[in-house]
Amino acid sequence: MTRGPAAGPAASSRPAGAPSRLRSRLESGETTVTAELSPPRGADPDAVRRNLGPLRDWVDAVNITDGQSAHVRLSNWAGSLLALAAGVEPVMQITCRDRNRIALQSDLLSAAALGIPNVVVMTGDHPRFGDHPDAKPVFDLDSVQLLWAARTMRDEGRLLSGRRLDPPPGWLIGAVENPFAPPAGFRAARLGKKIAAGAEFVQTQFVFDLPAFTQWMAGVRDLGLDQRCKILAGVGPIRSLRALEHLRGNVPGISIPDEVDRRLRGVPASQMAAEGQAVCAEIIAQVLQIPGVSGVHVMAPGFDRGIPEILDQAGLARSSTAGGQHAH
Amino acid sequence: MTTGGDQRSRAIAAGPRPVRPRLAAGLLYRIQHLLAPNGFYRWLAGWLEASRSRYRFFAATERTVKNQVFGCRMCGQCTLPVTGYSCPMTCPKQLRNGPCGGVGSDGSCEVYPELRCVWLTAYERAGQHGRVTDLTLLQRPVDQRGWGQSSWVNYWQHRDDDLWTADDGLARAPGIWRSDPVQPVHPELPVHPGLPVHPGLPAGRR
Repeated sequence: MTRGPAAGPAASSRPAGAPSRLRSRLESGETTVTAELSPPRGADPDAVRRNLGPLRDWVDAVNITDGQSAHVRLSNWAGSLLALAAGVEPVMQITCRDRNRIALQSDLLSAAALGIPNVVVMTGDHPRFGDHPDAKPVFDLDSVQLLWAARTMRDEGRLLSGRRLDPPPGWLIGAVENPFAPPAGFRAARLGKKIAAGAEFVQTQFVFDLPAFTQWMAGVRDLGLDQRCKILAGVGPIRSLRALEHLRGNVPGISIPDEVDRRLRGVPASQMAAEGQAVCAEIIAQVLQIPGVSGVHVMAPGFDRGIPEILDQAGLARSSTAGGQHAH
Repeated sequence: MTTGGDQRSRAIAAGPRPVRPRLAAGLLYRIQHLLAPNGFYRWLAGWLEASRSRYRFFAATERTVKNQVFGCRMCGQCTLPVTGYSCPMTCPKQLRNGPCGGVGSDGSCEVYPELRCVWLTAYERAGQHGRVTDLTLLQRPVDQRGWGQSSWVNYWQHRDDDLWTADDGLARAPGIWRSDPVQPVHPELPVHPGLPVHPGLPAGRR
């Protein structure tokens, strides 16, 4: 069995880092809403504040992406710090694409020390699709192994090397999953692997295909995974024909059923943005009816300001006070 | 081989590319039993490791065979028995715990759309033999020092015993550490220089 490093007591000191309001919200059983922000490509620190300002009273936390789509942007941890400064709780995304296990663990530790209370772990897009296709892909760990490393750091107070962390980090650990990519029969089990490795919540790829999502959720419930992990359905508006065709043609792993396609194409171009928002709001309301779904993760790149309106249409307006404090 | 040298060197420069195994999974599951560690293999492994030239020759042979059949890149810590004999190290992201979220609806690899996702291949091959639960085992991180080593020797020496967890890990929180990470036997002999990496089959063969 495991030798040296795993044996012996976990570090006794108190975990470091700010308490996660996202964790409290998820545990409260109330509908949880997260959003997503790509930090700016540029050195303007106000860009994050400007983008997050409108969301503050509407969402529980905001994912700060880690070089999304393999494009260079301000880093995940710096974006998370700027979010904290703007009064929004960050969820720091971290991918396996750009760093080996030494850098990954360093950045995870840094996140805890800087007061970033949540992390979401994923493999990351291959550099081939990014703005530096000539870059070296790292992938020293995969997403399951990085989740496992994060849990080990937090719960056992140890690095992959076996060395002790004092104090250990205390973040909430999340994962992502794509219910729509083949093999459909393995996607719930794959979430199971991530939960076994340490994921406490999961945010999914865009849900447009409700029947496929409903079927995946049935598989998730059959495995009892909804009892062990909070599930946030990924949603977002398709606001233009260009966006629709981009999602259909260029973004791997996204499923847009013909019915949604027909509906969006059926309106004049001038009304497509409104129709896309309406579809999104309807999908939000519908996924929240599915047993085991704890909330939604709203992704609206370039349209963060419109998220409150969509949430309002979906019946998720809040009587919360300013500063991201919730009434519960 | 149906691919030329140019294509081959391009494939090496571009990193791992999905390879579809050339032998049926059923046959390989049977062969697996023949290779299971026993006294003889243990002795053989020790005998090979006692001599640099013997080890080098054996590793080169293993490389040739497994490269032709699986596109083996000699990570030295073989998962094939629990991945339907579809090699995860030929995944462009080298994912050892299942497919990424970018698999195309037609089962194509996100990075090489003309090739089939190795994990989809693994799922289908394992499924044909009732072994999908193999894919739920948690694969521990790769020891990057193992590249170029003979995974057969490592297997016979029981160095690979806990590359993956005993079960799906949901009932308990399994430890991430391997009990006995690969100890480089001849660290100065990483990769046999004379044998290029299998470039993958042409698109028509998938």
